[in-house]
Amino acid sequence: MFDLTGKTALITGASGGIGGAIAKALHQAGATVAIHGTRREALDALAAELGERVHVLPANLSKGEEVEQLAKDAEAALGGLDILVNNAGITKDGLVLRMKDEDWEAVLNVNLTAAFRLCRAAIKGMMKRRSGRIINITSIVGVTGNPGQVNYCASKAGMIGMTKSLAQEVASRNVTVNAVAPGFIATAMTDELNDEQKARINGQIPAGRMGSAEEIAAAVLYLASAEAAYVTGQTLHVNGGMAMI
Amino acid sequence: MSDVAERVKKIVVEHLGVEEAKVTENASFIDDLGADSLDTVELVMAFEEEFGCEIPDDAAEKILTVKDAIDFISKAA
Repeated sequence: MFDLTGKTALITGASGGIGGAIAKALHQAGATVAIHGTRREALDALAAELGERVHVLPANLSKGEEVEQLAKDAEAALGGLDILVNNAGITKDGLVLRMKDEDWEAVLNVNLTAAFRLCRAAIKGMMKRRSGRIINITSIVGVTGNPGQVNYCASKAGMIGMTKSLAQEVASRNVTVNAVAPGFIATAMTDELNDEQKARINGQIPAGRMGSAEEIAAAVLYLASAEAAYVTGQTLHVNGGMAMI
Repeated sequence: MSDVAERVKKIVVEHLGVEEAKVTENASFIDDLGADSLDTVELVMAFEEEFGCEIPDDAAEKILTVKDAIDFISKAA
């Protein structure tokens, strides 16, 4: 089950915890992966760990021309893109009264606009080949909202709307488009929280713990697989029961 | 028959997977050749690529038959 031998995948934001885990999971299932990120050393380290069937493609997703170039580079390096995982995302948190236009634009640009551009570029080849998988990594807060994150939540909610529309446009070509919405996931960022903060977060989660990056990667692997051919336009929530929607 | 017409027909045959004989100048992509709305968008993009021209959306909407495509491209190229 979930064999990706002979498939190719581009994972954005693979220098982060969740993106790295996704790259590893798809690679382990047999895919050739192109890993994108902004931190070259982290990407090189991941590439070294994966060994073969890996391409490193750094790019700044806040620049439109670099996004277009990334799509081209991935297509060229992989010889056609079967699986696109839009995972890259940034936050610039702040209460709305104090949020600057730049903070709004920067988050929308990277999280939503870059994802749109990569979808548009990838869809072309996928439609021609009559197969493809797009998986957008959104967030639980894109559905529930979160104070201090109007920009981030808007971008993540936007991804869900984009996922549903795109799924309808390309379903007849055997291309599926889905989203994965993580809840609280243990990463380098959450490691910095103190025990009291962690206890408070865990108290909101029926499972009583944060999720792991590998648990998000497993959801992505499923949606990328041949077995998930009849699943499209969906948002798969992976959050330990924190929100049931 | 012009070179443009030949190239247009070749793209239509390849893209829609229809018999060459069916691709007459008056054939409608949707009514006669079984294209759906996505196919027509893909065809327009294939024409743009082949002929190195840009087909704006309002012009693309009027390209309904093989002849429409040939006429537009002949003028644009």
